[in-house]
Amino acid sequence: MADHLLEVRNLSVTFHTARGPVHAVRDVNWHLDRGEVLAILGESGSGKSVSASAIMDLIDCPPGEITSGRILFDGRDLLTMSREERRHINGKRIAMIFQDPLSHLNPVYTVGWQIEETMVIHGTSRQEARQTTVDLLRKVGIPDPEASVHKYPHQFSGGQRQRLMIAMALALRPDVLIADEPTTALDVTVQAQILALLEELQRETGMGLLIITHDLGVVAEVADRVVVMNAGEIVEAGEASEVYHNPKHPYTRKLIAAAPGQGEMSSGVEEGAPLLSLRNVSKRYGTFEALKGVSFDLMPGETVAVVGESGSGKSTTAKVLLRLEEASGGSAIYKGRDLFTLSPRELYEMRRDIQMVFQDPTQSLNPRMSVYALISEAWVIHPGIVERSRWRARVAELLEQVGLLPEHMYRYPHQFSGGQRQRIAIARALALEPQIIVCDEAVSALDVSIQAQVIALLDRLQDELGISFIFIAHDLPVVRDFADRVIVMQGGRIVEQGDVRQIFEAPREPYTQALLAASLDPDPEIQAERRARRLEAAE
Amino acid sequence: MVQTTPLREARSKGRLATTWSLLCADKFALAAAIILTIVVLCAVFGPMFLGEQASHQNLRGRNAPPFDLAKGWLYVLGGDQLGRPLLARIVVAAQNTMAIATGAVLASMTIGGTLGLIAGNSRGRAGQIIPRLADVIMSFPSLLLAVIVLYMLEPSVKNIIIVLAITRIPVYLRTTRAEILEIRERMFVQAAKVMGASEFRIVFRHMLPVILPTLITIATLDFAFVMLAESSLSFLGIGIQPPEITWGLMVSQGRPYLTTAWWLSFWPGLAIILATLSLNLLSNWMRVALDPQQRWRLEIGGRKNG
Repeated sequence: MADHLLEVRNLSVTFHTARGPVHAVRDVNWHLDRGEVLAILGESGSGKSVSASAIMDLIDCPPGEITSGRILFDGRDLLTMSREERRHINGKRIAMIFQDPLSHLNPVYTVGWQIEETMVIHGTSRQEARQTTVDLLRKVGIPDPEASVHKYPHQFSGGQRQRLMIAMALALRPDVLIADEPTTALDVTVQAQILALLEELQRETGMGLLIITHDLGVVAEVADRVVVMNAGEIVEAGEASEVYHNPKHPYTRKLIAAAPGQGEMSSGVEEGAPLLSLRNVSKRYGTFEALKGVSFDLMPGETVAVVGESGSGKSTTAKVLLRLEEASGGSAIYKGRDLFTLSPRELYEMRRDIQMVFQDPTQSLNPRMSVYALISEAWVIHPGIVERSRWRARVAELLEQVGLLPEHMYRYPHQFSGGQRQRIAIARALALEPQIIVCDEAVSALDVSIQAQVIALLDRLQDELGISFIFIAHDLPVVRDFADRVIVMQGGRIVEQGDVRQIFEAPREPYTQALLAASLDPDPEIQAERRARRLEAAE
Repeated sequence: MVQTTPLREARSKGRLATTWSLLCADKFALAAAIILTIVVLCAVFGPMFLGEQASHQNLRGRNAPPFDLAKGWLYVLGGDQLGRPLLARIVVAAQNTMAIATGAVLASMTIGGTLGLIAGNSRGRAGQIIPRLADVIMSFPSLLLAVIVLYMLEPSVKNIIIVLAITRIPVYLRTTRAEILEIRERMFVQAAKVMGASEFRIVFRHMLPVILPTLITIATLDFAFVMLAESSLSFLGIGIQPPEITWGLMVSQGRPYLTTAWWLSFWPGLAIILATLSLNLLSNWMRVALDPQQRWRLEIGGRKNG
């Protein structure tokens, strides 16, 4: 069975923690051939990265322990090799790129030097390495490669940094490239470019490409074969389109069903008097204009989604609206009053009506407060909403409303999973019985299946309580399922706004069209069509 | 994936019982707590019972060696250069030592912490002036400051506390300010703001609990520093004046006899080490016990031992 380039056989890894052993992966088998793209798909905690870490000798032992299995590379078992031998393989024959390129590039060296260094370590002369580096940078699409080798990592954008990482990984012409969530931190349009680049390079060099991801869209875009992992075990493996169309395991079915962008689109809410209307809002930091004349209305019981890439000003809009930052100009009329000119006293009253749910619940919940303290704090700050004697009962009610159990109120945030924490954050926002909830990337940090649950929860709350949402997101499929109206932002300006149907089915502006074209569909066939169309457009 | 940490039913068992069971889970912390209780008891009741014996000179017992019970149990640790029983003196000295160290540390922690909170939260002038104040204090040699102040004022316990407290303020001020600047940008502070929480509430309910463990850890380390600083002031003759005694003074008084009668300095020195070490262990335990994310370590240990 030495035919495969890289093969993992019966691999089991256990981590010994203070709470007892954790079986990170159990009895995992997969293989990768030359010229093939394999994707390992799984949610957080599924153990999808563990086998790659074992290949690269990145598992710390202890606390980790490889309890069984073999990793065959070109017919030789990596696990029985000496450290010295493995160093010759790492980087040279098996290279890896990571999710966050900024933390993997050393900020005090020029990027040219760092890429050369990989080659120099493995015995190339400095001069030769410099020449190869310039060629590589050109190949991965860095503008002006001769000058770029002298620049430092912070002078590049996120997408360019990932290109640099790819250049570094390819420096020694590896046989296998492992990409661990290579595009998760990037904007959709950049993600599409990076995936296209990886595919092109893979075809050109004939290496084996292993992509670890949580995103069905990424699998659909690049993978030939896919391995689906859940709770440390492989539940399904096969051709990417076969797995998508005929999933055999219930977990895979659940995962595919949870992928956003498949539901009915909303047909909008009735026109009437707006609950909140922003007019010409602007925000300047020094000479930099973060927001330029943003205007939109929010109807009662409506969900307005604000989409855009990083730096588009969507989060700034939320901050300005909630007075976490002061607006430089414009107005936001709510119940006949301008939110931007409220006195501290009036602002305090207004806080009751407009609440926010943040992106990362791990950070937005104070780790030292119990769930009960977190939720009931709202009533300490705003006395008169709930009588003190009813606090406990009301917290229990709110927890049930968001799908948690009443006894959870005595626990602390760290004892919950990411999705449950976001539910707590939502319960906290609901405690004040607000009219408007601003969700700033509220589901971006969550796994797909959890994401679907939280969206369903928000949807239900809207039906039951008539709350209006301002839903800030970079992920278009999620917006498609949930929003009534969509606002597309770019560079601090609204480029297009309209009903969700109009935006998704007949986008007018080229930027909106580009955004939609770049977003990934979980269906490999649809994705192949899109790719073809994109290539056509490029030529 | 809810972690299955056993949850203490804090309400049914009561806070005291919970604290006790958490303390029992860490044997070192328990020992430290016992030692500190003894020290505190000595400080409170020592002078009352042993005050007389501690200053009673017995020239036949000069530099009496330890572990000799012929002169009575008070001489079990030996006698000093004037024949006074060391054990009694250590017990009596605990009062002054603890008063100075606790007073100075608490005062500098409170003042430094408060100023740090103000400096960290103020975006106006106070935020600029207060850190400079710390720089001014730090740029002035602390011992020199102490010498000048104590030369002008009368060297009493109160004045020593004031001088030592002032020189230690910058440590707390800078730490608090630095931590506040970081915490201020954290999401949960923003979340509290969105909820309409007042500045006061944000500072005391959300920020302070996060930085308090750091401050307490520094304070316990400072405890040892202050004890030694007090002894060096005493050595210069501007600290505590005999016949008042402190552990630090006893160590420095015993120094000339170190080659002939090591026990003169050794026992009070041991007392200093035990007290500071215990405080350190206890503060370490407290940091874990107060942190909901760390508490399970003690709870797991407790189950195993219980």
